[in-house]
Amino acid sequence: MVETSQAAQIANKWRKKRGSLIMALHEIQDVKGYVDWQDAVDVSLCMGIPLARIYEVLTFYNFFKLEAPGKAVISVCTGTACYLKGNDKVLEKFKAELGINEGESTPDRMFHLQSVRCVGCCGLAPVCVVNGKTYGRMTPDMVPQILEEWRQAFKEN
Amino acid sequence: MMVKLKIDNFDVEVESGTSILDAARKVHIDIPTLCKHPDVDPSAGCGMCIVKVGGRILRSCCTPVAEGMEVVTNDAELQETRKTVLELILSNHPNYCLKCARSGQCELQDLAMRFGVDHDEIRKILAPTEIDESTQAIVLDPAKCIVCGRCVDICQNQQNVWALSYQNRGLATKITGANDADLANTPCIKCGQCAAHCPTGAIVEYDETQKVWDMLKDKELFTVVQIAPAVRVALGEEFGYDFGENLTGKIYAALRRIGFNKVFDTNFGADLTIIEEASEFVRRFSEKDNLPMFTSCCPAWVDYVEKYYPENISNLSTCKSPHQMVGAVAKTYYAQKAGVSPDKMRVISIMPCTAKKWEAHRHETMSSSGYQDVDVVLTTRELAKMIRQAGINFKGLPEEVADNPLGEYSGAATIFGVTGGVMTAALRTAYFYITGQELGMLNFAEIDGLDGIKAAEVDINGTKIRIAVVNGVGNVEEVMSAIREAATNGEELPYHFVEVMACRGGCIAGGGQPKVMMHGLPKPWGINDEIRKLRSKGLNDEDEEAKNRLSHHNKSIKQVYDEFLGKAGEGKAHELLHTKYRQRDLYK
Repeated sequence: MVETSQAAQIANKWRKKRGSLIMALHEIQDVKGYVDWQDAVDVSLCMGIPLARIYEVLTFYNFFKLEAPGKAVISVCTGTACYLKGNDKVLEKFKAELGINEGESTPDRMFHLQSVRCVGCCGLAPVCVVNGKTYGRMTPDMVPQILEEWRQAFKEN
Repeated sequence: MMVKLKIDNFDVEVESGTSILDAARKVHIDIPTLCKHPDVDPSAGCGMCIVKVGGRILRSCCTPVAEGMEVVTNDAELQETRKTVLELILSNHPNYCLKCARSGQCELQDLAMRFGVDHDEIRKILAPTEIDESTQAIVLDPAKCIVCGRCVDICQNQQNVWALSYQNRGLATKITGANDADLANTPCIKCGQCAAHCPTGAIVEYDETQKVWDMLKDKELFTVVQIAPAVRVALGEEFGYDFGENLTGKIYAALRRIGFNKVFDTNFGADLTIIEEASEFVRRFSEKDNLPMFTSCCPAWVDYVEKYYPENISNLSTCKSPHQMVGAVAKTYYAQKAGVSPDKMRVISIMPCTAKKWEAHRHETMSSSGYQDVDVVLTTRELAKMIRQAGINFKGLPEEVADNPLGEYSGAATIFGVTGGVMTAALRTAYFYITGQELGMLNFAEIDGLDGIKAAEVDINGTKIRIAVVNGVGNVEEVMSAIREAATNGEELPYHFVEVMACRGGCIAGGGQPKVMMHGLPKPWGINDEIRKLRSKGLNDEDEEAKNRLSHHNKSIKQVYDEFLGKAGEGKAHELLHTKYRQRDLYK
């Protein structure tokens, strides 16, 4: 449904402007939260840009998300204070527990894992934020119970 | 305008705009480089080609010469810096050269030797990678990739295929399909120009030599081999011959010593193709049926049309390519004649091309004999390997002749391997079919040479036939737009007959041709326009010197039609020698 998809409509808007691929991709991500394979294919068809080039741009910038992120977005702070206080080990624990890498989501779309640089509460370091809720003085041991907490929360809703 | 400068105290005079790298080569200074290749624009990628200009270190591949410039190409600091760059490149490149298809012909390995690398100076970081063999024509091993970018430039900017791309950034950069797609799931047309330009073993042909050894070992099987036109003027490079030397007789001898039961020649198939294709063109031209007609000998071009121009599929000639015709005739006519059961026959094609590996099973019509008409396609490089594995002293071989009847060929057949050759051969025979007379001048100067698009108008008894010859599939867009525009505006077609070869220069520079380093010759090795011209000359000379330069006077061809095929384009000939096309998705 190239004519009607959100991505196609946005791409068509930008079609006539040279060098506007990145603007179109930005707008799609603004609206949908991510740019997936079908979006990229639609952009390719509407703007006449090879898919290989579109993915060169999408994978060059960390900003772009290539798939729908998980419902609970886990941000592990790797700013200086949190990093020095051992948040790298917390990040590793999240990766191991969820079986995914940074920037990826679990196949059931429940969790999305990302690292961020400073969330502005270094006094609580090391810090993680899940959907706006802050967890301070993190240790790797706390990871399973945080995940369980969110699993329960989604179950109840 | 000419510019005078000094390079290592040598006076040099070159055209303005020349890079320091090229200017240095003129005075026989070989500045090392891994990313710059004569066929690609400089990208300043690898950092090996650094020189000093007025004390500053610059990359010579992308620095143009200037009047009065003084360049130092080699001193202790440059040596040391280059060696560090090389050590950094090697720090994530595996050391298993012994097991690499490119060993001995690898530009990285050569530089490591030149710089006396004898240990791993920087601790290796080898990320786990997966080898992409999905096309079964070319193999991409990211572990060996140094991200020089030659293949990406060729695939995107020159071939306009857009299968390969840079994914991710920085250290994580990987050369692969969109979103890490396997090549078989991209628009890849298997032309193999990436492999022809790769400085390392990261992109090579899909090796099927063992399959052929297994067939040769099996005494139940009857093996038939054929060589493409372009193979004969390139294989010699692997054994110390000059570029373009025609070694047909020695290649036949080598194939017999390897153990093939019959040695045939794809050139026979080229003559057969011309009979079919010239007849088809004469008919389509008079009936104005799906003009312009496109040649169909190049499987990478066929794949390109099926993917990028599905609306033009009916413009393709329905003729199979020469080696597929030989396969079909070998497993029917020849099998009967020789009393060999076709299910025990194996046809092996030696081709300058990686796309031919795909062609052999691209469509059900490739099994018109009731069996797969061509069983295995090997590239010229793979044949060279087999000759070495068999312990054959190639230079010492006598010159032999091919077996009959699928071995006889005309001069028109042999030029199939070079851009403009198929068109020239077809026009010679089409002229005869239309007028009943032979062409006076057998060559068409307008369609000779390496220009991407060549056009001409040929007068056949007052009828003007407009032709175009395209080499390098990236050049085809202009021709296709002109055709589309004329059709949309209801104007007369710009062309009636279009030849396309996907590789620059034609099959002589195909993706499966030798990539030999010849000492004393300008680097990097493998392919450049000089080599293209020399290999083309090898084929054109054979045509000029041939006793018969016309496909329709090939006696064996006449015999096969009389005894078996019947009339061109009809009945058995149509069933065995023609194919069909289908639209293919760019991505799966």
